Amino acid sequence: MKSDRIAAIVGVAESDLGVVPGSNVLRLQAQAAKRALDDAGFTKDDVEALFTAGNWARFPGLMLAEYLGIKPKYLDATDIGGSSYESHVIHAMAAIQAGLFDVALITYGSTSRTSPTRIPSSLTLRYEDPFGIPSPIGHYALAAMKHMHQYGTTSEQLAEVAVATRKWAMLNEKAYKRDPLNIDDVLNSPMVAEPLHVLDCCLVSDGGGAVVVASAKAAARAKKRPVWVLGHGEMTSHNNSVCSMPDLTVTPARESGRRAMEMAGITHKEIDVTEVYDSFTITVILTLEALGFCKPGEGGAFVSGQRTAPGGDFPLNTSGGGLSYCHPGLFGIFLLIEAVRQLRGECGERQVKDAKIALVNGTGGTLSTTATVILGRD
Amino acid sequence: MKGMMHLKPLIDDDSRTFWEGAKNHKLMIQWCNDCKKYIFYPRIICPHCFSEHVSWVEASGQGRIYSYTVVHRAMPPFNEQTPFVVAIVELNEGVRMISRIIGDREKISIDKPVSVVYEKIDDELTLPYFQLS
Ligand SMILES: [Zn+2]
Repeated sequence: MKSDRIAAIVGVAESDLGVVPGSNVLRLQAQAAKRALDDAGFTKDDVEALFTAGNWARFPGLMLAEYLGIKPKYLDATDIGGSSYESHVIHAMAAIQAGLFDVALITYGSTSRTSPTRIPSSLTLRYEDPFGIPSPIGHYALAAMKHMHQYGTTSEQLAEVAVATRKWAMLNEKAYKRDPLNIDDVLNSPMVAEPLHVLDCCLVSDGGGAVVVASAKAAARAKKRPVWVLGHGEMTSHNNSVCSMPDLTVTPARESGRRAMEMAGITHKEIDVTEVYDSFTITVILTLEALGFCKPGEGGAFVSGQRTAPGGDFPLNTSGGGLSYCHPGLFGIFLLIEAVRQLRGECGERQVKDAKIALVNGTGGTLSTTATVILGRD
Repeated sequence: MKGMMHLKPLIDDDSRTFWEGAKNHKLMIQWCNDCKKYIFYPRIICPHCFSEHVSWVEASGQGRIYSYTVVHRAMPPFNEQTPFVVAIVELNEGVRMISRIIGDREKISIDKPVSVVYEKIDDELTLPYFQLS
C-alpha cells in the first residue's frame, strides 16, 4: 500500500429497504442521511458538500439540499447509472484534495418498487427502441450470449453467482430474499431474455443509502475509525446502446480497475473482500474478468463450485447483492456501505475475517461506465 | 403491430434520411469523407475523427449476427410479440445496429450471415429487419 491518507468514509447507512409504500425519494434520502451522519458522529452542520444521483426531479441536487435544510458550497448530481456513487466518492476525494471542503454527504433514494417510472425514448436510442429490446436486460442478455459463444460459459456458471449471493443474503437480516436457492431453481425460473432467467436478474426494491466522506482532518474527529480511499479509477465506454461498446465481453472496469489498483499500490492477492455491481449474473462474471481477478473467458470457471459464497476463498457481494439484498436502481451506494462495514468488522455472521482491503466496483448503464474504489483500514 | 404509435422515432436532421431510406427499402448509413470510416447511428460529426464531412451512403444490407437474444418478456406493445429475436447485426461496412432477426429461431446463431428485409409497420414507419442469408 503506497497511498496517502487523503479522504475516508466515516459514516454509512441505509434507509428503510424493500417495499416502502407511501415513501418518496426525499424521505428515503433524509432517513439515510440522518443515520449515516449519526454513524459518523457528525451533524447536518458539518456537511459542506452534497452529492446525489437520479432523474426524479429537474434539479435533484437543489431539491434535496432544500429538503434536508443544507446549503452546500459544493453540489454534484452526476448521474451515470449504477456507478454514480463510486464516482461521487472519487469526486469528493478530488475536491477534498483540492482543499474545497472537509465533509461531503452522499445520498441515494428510489421508490422503483412502489412507483416505477418508465424512461422515455432518447435521441440516440430511437434507432433501437422500435425493435422492442427490453432495457437494460436485453443488452446484458446480448453480452451474456456473446460470452457463452466466445468462451463456452454456461447457464449453470451464471447461476452459481445467484446461488452464492443468496447464501450471503441468508446471513444478512436486512436482505429481501433469504430463502435457500439452488442452481436448478435459477435454471428453472422463467426466461426473460435468453440466456437470462428471472433469477439471473437483480431485485426491484425501494430504498436509499448514504455515505459520509471526510478529509483526514475531519476524519480524526469521527466516531468510528476511518475507512480510507486508497485508490480509484473511472472509465466510460458508451451510452445505453451496446452497439457502441467495442467488445461486449470487456467492461470499462478493465481500465478503471487497473488505475485504482495502481493508485492504491496493491495486488489482487491483497484484496480481502470484493463488492461488484450484480445487476445480472453476467455482470459479475464480466466484471471479475475486467478487473483482472481471472483471464478473459475464465469468469465462469472462476465462480464455479460456490467459490464466492460464504466459506469460499473469494468473498464477493457479502451483503447479498442486488440479486438478493436490495436493488432500488443505483446499487453502487450499497456496495460502498457493505465494504465499509466489512472493513470495520461490523458484519456479524457474514463478517469476512480480518478484512483490511476491499475493492468496490460500480457499473452503470448497460456495461457503459464503471468506477472502481479501493478502500482500506489502518 | 398495432399500438406501436407511441414508439415512433423522432424525425429530425440526424435521423430523417435513415427512416426515409427504410421506407424506400434502402438501408442508409453515414460515411466520413475524411477518415473513410462508416458511422452508425447517424450524427452531424464523425465520432472517429471529428470531421464534419459526413455523407449518406446506401449500405449493402449484408452483415452477420454479432450477438442476439430471444426476448420472452417485454413491455407493451412488444409483449404481444414474444418470443422474438433481437440482435446486434454487424454490417459488412463494420457498423453495428440493433434489429430483429426473423425466420426459424432454431437456425439462428452468432456469426451467421444475414440480409436486410423491410417490415412495414404503417404508412409512416418501416423497420429494417434481418433474416439469415
Ligand atoms: Zn472521420
